[in-house]
Amino acid sequence: MTQVSPILKVSNLVKHFPITSGGIFQRTTGAVKAVDGISLEVFPGETLGLVGESGCGKSTAGRTVLRLLEPTSGSIEFEGQNLIKVSKRELVFMRREMQMIFQDPYSSLNPRATVGDIISAPFQVQGVKPVGGLRSAVGDLMERVGLNPEHFNRYPNEFSGGQRQRIGIARAIALQPKLIVCDEPVSALDVSIQAQILNLLAEIQKDFGIAYVFVAHDLSVVRHISDRVAVMYLGQIMESAPSELLYTEPLHPYTHALLSAIPIPDPDLERNRERIILSGDLPSPSNPPAGCVFNTRCWKAEDKCRSERPVLREISMGHQVACHFPEQNLIETISVAPTGTDFIA
Amino acid sequence: MARKNNDVLEVPQSVTVTVGRTLTQIAWLRLRRDRVAKVCMAILIFIAFIAIFAPLICNVLKIDPYEFNSALLSDDGGLPSGRFGGVSLAHPLGIEPLTGRDILARLLYGSRISLFIAVTATAITVVTGVVIGILAGNSRGRLDTFLSRVMDITLAFPLLLVIIAMSPVLEQRIASFGIPEGNSSRIVTLILVLSVFGWPYLARLIRGQVLSLREREFVEAAISIGSSNRRILFKELLPNLWGPILIYTTIALPGLIGAEATLAFLGISVLPPTATWGSMLQESVSYFSVDPFYFFVPLTMLLAAVLSFNLLGDALRDALDPKAGRM
Ligand SMILES: Nc1ncnc2c1ncn2[C@@H]1O[C@H](COP(=O)(O)OP(=O)(O)O)[C@@H](O)[C@H]1O
Ligand code: SF4
Ligand SMILES: [Mg+2]
Repeated sequence: MTQVSPILKVSNLVKHFPITSGGIFQRTTGAVKAVDGISLEVFPGETLGLVGESGCGKSTAGRTVLRLLEPTSGSIEFEGQNLIKVSKRELVFMRREMQMIFQDPYSSLNPRATVGDIISAPFQVQGVKPVGGLRSAVGDLMERVGLNPEHFNRYPNEFSGGQRQRIGIARAIALQPKLIVCDEPVSALDVSIQAQILNLLAEIQKDFGIAYVFVAHDLSVVRHISDRVAVMYLGQIMESAPSELLYTEPLHPYTHALLSAIPIPDPDLERNRERIILSGDLPSPSNPPAGCVFNTRCWKAEDKCRSERPVLREISMGHQVACHFPEQNLIETISVAPTGTDFIA
Repeated sequence: MARKNNDVLEVPQSVTVTVGRTLTQIAWLRLRRDRVAKVCMAILIFIAFIAIFAPLICNVLKIDPYEFNSALLSDDGGLPSGRFGGVSLAHPLGIEPLTGRDILARLLYGSRISLFIAVTATAITVVTGVVIGILAGNSRGRLDTFLSRVMDITLAFPLLLVIIAMSPVLEQRIASFGIPEGNSSRIVTLILVLSVFGWPYLARLIRGQVLSLREREFVEAAISIGSSNRRILFKELLPNLWGPILIYTTIALPGLIGAEATLAFLGISVLPPTATWGSMLQESVSYFSVDPFYFFVPLTMLLAAVLSFNLLGDALRDALDPKAGRM
């Protein structure tokens, strides 16, 4: 994996939303720090899971990465090109390569456009003339995502949530992009339908070799679909690791808390397990705590946590964590010099 | 489109077959089931028909809006002789006191001008309102603030007062632009003053709609495939605005018919001998005690048009309401 260069490389990405007050004479009085310095890499054909509580900035991160929102600072490299520097025209052209699947299958489809209109839009906008004609290309896409091509002329309100999400998927894969940001694509759907959509996404990835940034608010959804997982909290990445490693050897207290919230199917295990209940509320992203942003809810927080922001550092191969006092006993055997003084076994 | 194989289609799914009707079709069907709406539509079509073909109808009936019939007036006071203001086979709706002009002919010709003024003013109002509303909602920022202030200020004007005070001046201005003085410049003046004060309501409505539509993810989806601003406006936003535009039009049109009549009543209208519904009302009201029939003719016409438009507008609103039960 290391030989291949990443298709997407995000460094220190920041997105703040200014808070304004006053009617006519608006002043900026603060900022919602929705994304506050995240770095991540996505390699061709792989899936990066991006997990965190709702409101932690996942959607904002996903949108900013695709430049649907203008970043406040930081850099985004897509296929080696700096997305922030490219001209408007180049950006429009590059949009063929990067797409998004949205969370809300209701608001993401224009109610006054037919399914055919919606799926042919990428071809029309980009001036792509598919071989065999637009109509048949759209039919193929509909079939590919499990829709009946005869429903070409129907309106979104005639479809269920799951079917609507399929329409959104067809639109996103129409031009065979290299990267798709999936923003909680199943969280608005019935549990019974979630698996179908996840399977469809996995199949499409296999067929077309598309890389995914897969956003979810709980770890259980991303587990099977992700190669690597990054855990976000208040606009920052707390931990990032290959999927299995994150689930078996989590280092960050917040990851522990998230993992303990996943229900275990076995009732005995479920009863006896230790559950970490986070105390307190999620702090406001407009006024995040100083030092480690997790310190208001962390049971291990010490003075250092309240004064010094822990940097995301590599603990072992591909396993990064932003914590002064990472969990986990294995850590003592690892040669990387810890910055903290004591470890809890 | 490269499609690998079909076996992946085995994902269990139930594509429930729902009615394949467009939203417009659904609205149209609902409207056609509405009896009140159908009656109103018939009345409006009839009014439009008689207005358009007024000269033809007058020819066939051998009536003339400007021809004096002094012979049919009684000697004392010049009131029409005969019952109901002189109703006869030759003059189905009677004749005017003092002049003896045929009321039906005047009504038919008057409809043309009343409707022309109202329809044109509505069209200008709607186009202006939609363009400015979209501009404001789409731009946000400074332009939005500026346009919103203009709307507020326009709405704050005491409409009637300004019109009464301004129209003589405006009329001269318009005449100086090469539009013939007299009725032409008067009609243009009327259309302009009626349009100027109507658009901010619609602009506000549209601005709000655009603001909320822009928050919807399908706009973001359009950006993410590289759509231009233009395409987003015309292909994504505008189709979602037809409902409110249509509804506003059905409110504005009867409102402007009434406004034209009101202005005519206040003496701001076409010059005699040309008639409108409003000017006929104004003339007839002074004979109300002696010849009430004359008064009821233009009044009935005005009420029929305004009421039909309003009821049709109501029906349209119900038909377009997406929350109402599906058929
Ligand atoms: N357009 C916006 N303007 C102002 N604040 C925003 C905007 N979009 C998101 N936010 C704020 O940024 C934070 C992160 O939001 P979001 O990225 O949607 O979180 P998530 O997707 O993880 O639930 C939230 O506090 C949210 O209120
Ligand atoms: S840095 Fe401190 S407060 Fe933050 S997660 Fe680690 S132990 Fe907890
Ligand atoms: Mg979100």
